[in-house]
Amino acid sequence: MRSLWLQVAAVTSINLKSIAQRRWLSLSTVIAIALVVIVLLAFLAMANGFQRTIAGSGADDIAIVLRAGSQAEINSTVSRDQVRLIEDAPGIARGADGKPLISPELYLVVDGIKRTTKTKANLPLRGIGEQGMALRKDIAITSGRMFSRGSNEIVVGKALLREFDGLDLGSTVAFGATRWTVVGVFEAGGSVFESEIWADLNVVQSLFNRNNIVQTVRARLTGPAALSELKNHSDTDPRLKLDVKSEASYFAEQASQTTDLIQKLGWPLAIAMALGAIAGALNTMYSSVASRATEIATLRAIGFGGFPAFVGTLAESLLLAVIGGLLGAAATYLIFDGVTASTLGGNFTQVVFDFKLSPWLIGEGVVLALVVGLIGGLFPAVRAARLPIVEGLYAN
Amino acid sequence: MTAEHPMVRLTGVSKRFTKGKETISIFDHLDLAIPRGDFVAVMGPSGSGKTTLLNLLGGIDRVDVGEIAVADHRIDGLSEGELAAWRAANMGFIFQFYNLMPMLTAAQNVELPLLLTRLSKKERAARVHTALSVVGLADRTKHRPREMSGGQQQRVAIARAIVSDPNLLLCDEPTGDLDRQSADEILSILQLLNGELGKTIVMVTHDPAAANYAKRVLHLDKGRFVERELAA
Repeated sequence: MRSLWLQVAAVTSINLKSIAQRRWLSLSTVIAIALVVIVLLAFLAMANGFQRTIAGSGADDIAIVLRAGSQAEINSTVSRDQVRLIEDAPGIARGADGKPLISPELYLVVDGIKRTTKTKANLPLRGIGEQGMALRKDIAITSGRMFSRGSNEIVVGKALLREFDGLDLGSTVAFGATRWTVVGVFEAGGSVFESEIWADLNVVQSLFNRNNIVQTVRARLTGPAALSELKNHSDTDPRLKLDVKSEASYFAEQASQTTDLIQKLGWPLAIAMALGAIAGALNTMYSSVASRATEIATLRAIGFGGFPAFVGTLAESLLLAVIGGLLGAAATYLIFDGVTASTLGGNFTQVVFDFKLSPWLIGEGVVLALVVGLIGGLFPAVRAARLPIVEGLYAN
Repeated sequence: MTAEHPMVRLTGVSKRFTKGKETISIFDHLDLAIPRGDFVAVMGPSGSGKTTLLNLLGGIDRVDVGEIAVADHRIDGLSEGELAAWRAANMGFIFQFYNLMPMLTAAQNVELPLLLTRLSKKERAARVHTALSVVGLADRTKHRPREMSGGQQQRVAIARAIVSDPNLLLCDEPTGDLDRQSADEILSILQLLNGELGKTIVMVTHDPAAANYAKRVLHLDKGRFVERELAA
C-alpha cells in the first residue's frame, strides 16, 4: 500500500509539474471554469442579496394583518371597522398611554425614474399610521426630518434615493395629480423598507381617494407567542376574515418567490455553461494524456500501475478546476459583491438590494467547478490508466 | 546449467499485427534461448520485429501463441498487474530517446523504480547515488534532463535501469540518438554492466559498431534468427 501511494504521489507530482508545458490549454480550461462559476455566483449572490433584504425586514413580534387570501399588501384591503376590532384584539401590545401599538397602512404604487436607465419603474408609497415608524426596527432619519402629520410631505428610503431620480431632499415630486415635498431620508438597516416612500396615512387616503380603507395593519405583539392568540381571535370572529402572519414569515414568503425564480434562472444557465466547460476540460485533459503518453508508458514499463496514472490525471484536472473555481469566486466578489440593483418584489414595486456573496455560496461555486473538473478529468484518466504501453512508448 | 536454465527462453512464439484488413505475421513459432550473463545484439532490417521481440521479452507486449520464460519464470500468462510487478523486480529498460521525466532531476528520475519497493527514503537515496556513480554522474544528481547532453541523459537512463538491480537489461537502440563518442561511452558502460556485474543484456541496434560491443549478434530476418559469433 505504501508503494502504491508513493507511485500515486510521484505520478501526480510529475503531472502537476508538467502543467507549465501545456500552459495555454490549461489556462483556457481554468478561464472556462471560472466563467461558469462567475455566472452561477452572480445569480446566487443576486438571490442571496434579495433574500437578505426582504427576509431581513421582518420581526417575529410584529403581526401583519391582511385580507384573507391576499398574497401581498398590494391586493389586500382592511376596513376601518376591522382596524378597530384589531385594536381591541388579544395579544396586541399597548403603549404607556394604554393605546394599542398598531399602524394601519396603505400601500400604493407610484411612478419613478431609474437613474441608470432613465426608465419608468413602480415605486411603493406607503401611508403609515402614528406608530408606523416605531413598529419597524433600525429606522432612523439620516437627513432632513420626519414628515408632518396632515401635510403632503414624504420621507424617502436611502436605497430608493440612490437608485431613482427626482427624490432628493427638498425637491417636489408629483404622484398622479398630487404634489409632495421630500422632507427627509431614512435608513432601515438595509431592509426592504429602504426601498419605500413614506407619508402620513390620512393624507395618502385623502389624496388618493381611499378613505375608510387601509391595506394592512401592523401590530406589535406582546410576544412572538401572542401571534397564535391573535390568529385564533381573527379566525373565530366572523367580522374579521383576515390573515394574520408574523412580519418575519410574511417577508420570508415574499422573498422566496423571487429568489426561487432567480435561482431557477441561474442554475440552468450555469449548468449549460458547465457543459461547455466540461468539453474544454475534456479537451485539455485528453491533450495532457496525449502529450504525456510516452511518460505514462515509460512509468508503466518501469513497473508503475495504471491506478497512479489515473489518479495523477484526475488530480491535474481537479487542480485546474479548483483554480478556476477560486478565480471565478474571487472575480465575482470583486465585480458583484455589494453592487446595488433593483427588481420587482412581491408587491410589483421595485426592491433595491445589494448582491451578496457568502462563504456557503462560494462553496457551491467551487463544488460546481470540481464537478466540471471531475467529469472533464475522469475519461482522460481512464485512458491514461488503460494506455497500451507499446502504443505510448512510440507515441511521440 | 546455463544451457538448461537460460535467462530468456522463447518457445514457439508467434506474433501477428492486424492493420485494417491486413494481418502481418512478425514471428511464426520462433524459438530462442539467451544464457545468463550474455550480451546479445539484435540486428535486422526495419520491420523485422526487433523492437517487438524486445517488447515481448519485457512483458509490455503479449504473444499470440507460445511461451516466454525469463529466469525460469513464465511471463506469457501473467495479468497486467502481475507483469507490472514482475517488470519492476526483474527488468531494466533503456530507450533510444532516454524517456526521462523532463521535470524531475537526475536523482529523482533514477529513484522512480525504487518507489515500487519497500526501501526507506535513506536506502533509496543510497541506491540512487550508487547507480549514478556507476555511470559516472554522481555529481549531476540535481540536474534536470534539459541541463544535460544526450550522452549524459542516456547514462541517467542506464542508472534508472540498474538501480533496482535487475538481472535483465533490454536496450532499444540505446545509441541511436548519440554521436559516436557518446555512443562508445554508453556501450562501454553496458559492457561493464555485463562483464563486471553479470547483467544479461539484449540490445536492439542498427549500428554494426554498437553490435561489436556485444558478445554475439542475432540477425533477425523475416521472423527468423541468423546467428554469428563475434571475434573477441
